[in-house]
Amino acid sequence: MSQKNRLPGGQIDRSQNLDFTFDGKRFTGHPGDTLASALMANGVRLMGRSFKYHRPRGVLTSGSEEPNALVELRSGARQEPNTRATTAELFDGLEARSQNRWPSLTFDAMAVNDRFSNFLTAGFYYKTFMWPAAFWEKLYEPIIRKAAGLGSLSLEEDPDSYDKGYLHCDLLIVGAGPAGLSAALTAGRSGARVILADEDFAMGGRLNAETFAIDDTAGAEWAAAAVAELHGMNNVRLMPRTTVIGGFDHGIYGAVERVSDHLPTPAPGKSRQILWRVYTRRALLCAGAIERPIAFANNDRPGILLAGAMRAYANRWAATPAQKVAVFTNNDDGHRTARDLMAKGVRVAAVIDVRPDAPRIADCELLAGAQVIDTSGRLGLSFVKLRQADGSERIIECGALGVSGGWNPNVHLTCHQRGRPAWNPAISAFVPGTDLPQGQSVAGAAAGAFSTHAALRSGAEQAAAILGDLGIKPDKARLPRAEDAPVNIQPFWHVTEGRGRAWLDQQNDVTVKDVKLAHQENFRSVEHLKRYTTLGMATDQGKTSNMGGLAIMAELAGKSIPGVGTTIFRPPYTPVAMGTLGGRARGAHFHPVRETPSHIWAREQGAVFVEAGNWLRAQWFPRPGETHWRQSVDREVRAVRGSVGVCDVTTLGKIDVQGTDAAAFLNKVYANGFAKLAVGKTRYGLMLREDGIVMDDGTTARLAEDHFVMTTTTANAVPVYRHLEFVRQCLFPDMDVQLISTTEAWAQYAVAGPNARKLLQKIVDPGFDISNEAFPFMACGAVTICGGLRARLFRISFSGELAYEIAVPTRYGDALIRRLMAAGEEFDVTPYGTEALGVMRIEKGHAAGNELNGTTTALNLRMGRMVSKKKDAIGSTLSERAGLNTPDALALVGFLPKLPEEKVTAGGHLMNREGPLDAKHDQGYVTSACYSPILNSHIGIGYLKSGSERMGERLRLVSPLTGQNIEVEVVSAHFVDPEGDRLRA
Amino acid sequence: MMIDHPLLGPRDAQEFTYLGDASLIDRPDWQAEDAVDQFHDYLYLRDNPAGEHRELWFHEVGDRSWLVVTRNTLTHQITSVELARDVARSRGRSK
Repeated sequence: MSQKNRLPGGQIDRSQNLDFTFDGKRFTGHPGDTLASALMANGVRLMGRSFKYHRPRGVLTSGSEEPNALVELRSGARQEPNTRATTAELFDGLEARSQNRWPSLTFDAMAVNDRFSNFLTAGFYYKTFMWPAAFWEKLYEPIIRKAAGLGSLSLEEDPDSYDKGYLHCDLLIVGAGPAGLSAALTAGRSGARVILADEDFAMGGRLNAETFAIDDTAGAEWAAAAVAELHGMNNVRLMPRTTVIGGFDHGIYGAVERVSDHLPTPAPGKSRQILWRVYTRRALLCAGAIERPIAFANNDRPGILLAGAMRAYANRWAATPAQKVAVFTNNDDGHRTARDLMAKGVRVAAVIDVRPDAPRIADCELLAGAQVIDTSGRLGLSFVKLRQADGSERIIECGALGVSGGWNPNVHLTCHQRGRPAWNPAISAFVPGTDLPQGQSVAGAAAGAFSTHAALRSGAEQAAAILGDLGIKPDKARLPRAEDAPVNIQPFWHVTEGRGRAWLDQQNDVTVKDVKLAHQENFRSVEHLKRYTTLGMATDQGKTSNMGGLAIMAELAGKSIPGVGTTIFRPPYTPVAMGTLGGRARGAHFHPVRETPSHIWAREQGAVFVEAGNWLRAQWFPRPGETHWRQSVDREVRAVRGSVGVCDVTTLGKIDVQGTDAAAFLNKVYANGFAKLAVGKTRYGLMLREDGIVMDDGTTARLAEDHFVMTTTTANAVPVYRHLEFVRQCLFPDMDVQLISTTEAWAQYAVAGPNARKLLQKIVDPGFDISNEAFPFMACGAVTICGGLRARLFRISFSGELAYEIAVPTRYGDALIRRLMAAGEEFDVTPYGTEALGVMRIEKGHAAGNELNGTTTALNLRMGRMVSKKKDAIGSTLSERAGLNTPDALALVGFLPKLPEEKVTAGGHLMNREGPLDAKHDQGYVTSACYSPILNSHIGIGYLKSGSERMGERLRLVSPLTGQNIEVEVVSAHFVDPEGDRLRA
Repeated sequence: MMIDHPLLGPRDAQEFTYLGDASLIDRPDWQAEDAVDQFHDYLYLRDNPAGEHRELWFHEVGDRSWLVVTRNTLTHQITSVELARDVARSRGRSK
């Protein structure tokens, strides 16, 4: 199809053709075009269907405020719904499709909704789908969702990458129109670090859309020269295609840079978009203004657009929606559209101005005091019907109508910290209020300074003032000459005459009548009005429609517009793709894991891994022929208890505690005493929260008088460290003690089983005596191994066997596990994972995460006597509260099922053998359970009321979740070696 | 948000973890006659001001300082940032 509505001039490169398709039809445009301008040049007015009534709609604006022309771009995995045709930059091969229509854009079956519009007015969801409630989820919602959707997703993974970045500057300038460029030149020439961001691909703002001269050159040329000068400054970063989406606390701004949206696919190594976090000392908002429409009957016909947009299409993109147009306005600015289009050779039927005293600006027919009362035309505008000043009706033929109801300063970012705009009657619009975000100033049309001269001047002045605040000497250059036309406007929001619906919010299909209905039904506050009618709740957030809704509500309520107020502006300024917010945090990078020093070796052994506190730990090591995890785990347990096994315990938190007050400090953070722990000894420590509940447990070794090494559970390593620093800095600031986390610094292995010493004697250098006499249970100390490597040896046992933990600097961790396995061959040394570890600690009755569940006291663990009453420790005072010390308090015990093959369920509750099975008669619960290959029975441990006094009692274990109800016997939690002979061997 | 660390200068709030009311520094005397009551109040009773609030922040991915930040809960304006250790000492805490 030819570009029948292409005009002369414009900022497009006609030397190059770009082929694209819309709904399968082929068209041609040029570099510099947007999808909307190229479609318009090709004579396409109809670009989409509305959300609710499926009304045919065309483009309304020329920018990101567009409510109507939402399209689906590209295909396959890169398919992208709800993109504004007005901001989509044209590229060769672009595929675009209209949305929300079936089977085609020109014939849409769902347009039947429009016939039923009397039933679909404001609040119709609330009124219609009330009853019966059960129908909502199964019937109403699926139907509504299917009918009301806009674009569709490909449901394929996005092949592109998205990045996050951080920028710092003295001054962020938002918007590169006349005010922004003027400010950037002032600040840039003065040497300040400046970022100039603009959502458009061509900087210049309205200078590109108007025909004004600056000094003796065209505005667009002046803008290009200014951008070129800024480009040459090292202290200025120009960011076109970058939308500042939000202003956050303390001068931080969010911005989305569309790096590759204008390309078929991103260049190699480039991301599709970048989410920038911009740290600013000051920010200057030069976001311009957004034109607002006037509502009248059938004002949504394709071909009816904002007058400023019509002018922008003609001047910048050399496109017109029709060869014959008209203008409907309440202010002088609308007349410029008629003047500029005539200059391009477009016929202007008339300028219709509601003001009886409208000035003659363009050389065409002026209908002063007239109003548009209706329009007609199938799938696009053909005629407008007027009521003239003398009361007569008149019909004008035209294919497009430019509408101007005045301009709203773009105050969005001034309100992101709950600021409220203020009403300026001189321009009949809201301007930024006095409660601007910290460090933010406003210049140009965004501040209500509408003329080019005023924009240039306020940009330079505001920049100079900011530089002064920052202690930078501002450059004093001459301000260029430019037009300085005053704003002449008569507030006028909607035509009252006319039988058709008058549309306010075209994306959400909200009419003047809907606002009246909301008022009538007493939804009169702006926030209620918004939610009841959905005015301004679409993806454009009502940038072109909110003002009209407010004005009509003010009229109905007999209030002033500022008396009605505005709704709250919230980030983001324009919609942001989820992928952009996610950035690189996708797939494996969404939740990174940590690998232990033996990870590569364990993988070589075919280990099955489990995640624990972000670490990947070997869960078990399957051997050939083992088909079930229990076979592997049972074998590992028997091997440890029968000979020797090795387990990577690096993941346990390690905290180095040093200083002359180190022992006194540990006495504060552990409920039990540490002051008298001898050098070369290790002790189990119980750490309480201040409320008396157990926070964590672990062993702490005293390596020297003033040097301890504490271990924490894997999951609590970070919170325990934080807590210790709190105690050190906030509670006992004068203690001489220093802390450092050394979890990652040491690779640590448990070597457990009757042959553990024999194995270690082959590793530890001969100068160190680790016999039972020289290095008894709970001994610790520095040793060297394998001929001189420094290591730490602890004789501690989680399994209940003769056991050690040996630690070496992390970089030797891989070598040590290989050496241990080789040296242990003669003992048939067996690597064991977290499951076998868990089985053995349950067999031994050791508490772990399941038992320390945030409700547990020392008393519950049967460690009540460990809480020293002779000293002050965190949690010791409140652990004495009566409520935590009732005679029937829960106590940790073991459970054996009556039949060994019956599984004990962790989480199951204990009930008396006789009596009702309900929560009121609950006796306790099982925390951990496993199959014990040593006892050849399932076993469990858990908490039982007065547990210590109920040994031998038979109870019912009930789990409504699994339908279990079995008999168990209460036993000691120490199933294996209760006297501890094995670990002292 | 930005927190102006007394030693390191302005840092992004993302580097910190939040604990709560700075009154947690004023831990009661365990040997007081009514120690249990005092600890109860210390641990559970908090003011919830709409306005200035002194609170504890931990520079967890930084230098591990605990800080007392005075922040307006309505505007997020931060008027003072002190090392918690200095605050603790000034409130009579020692060993």
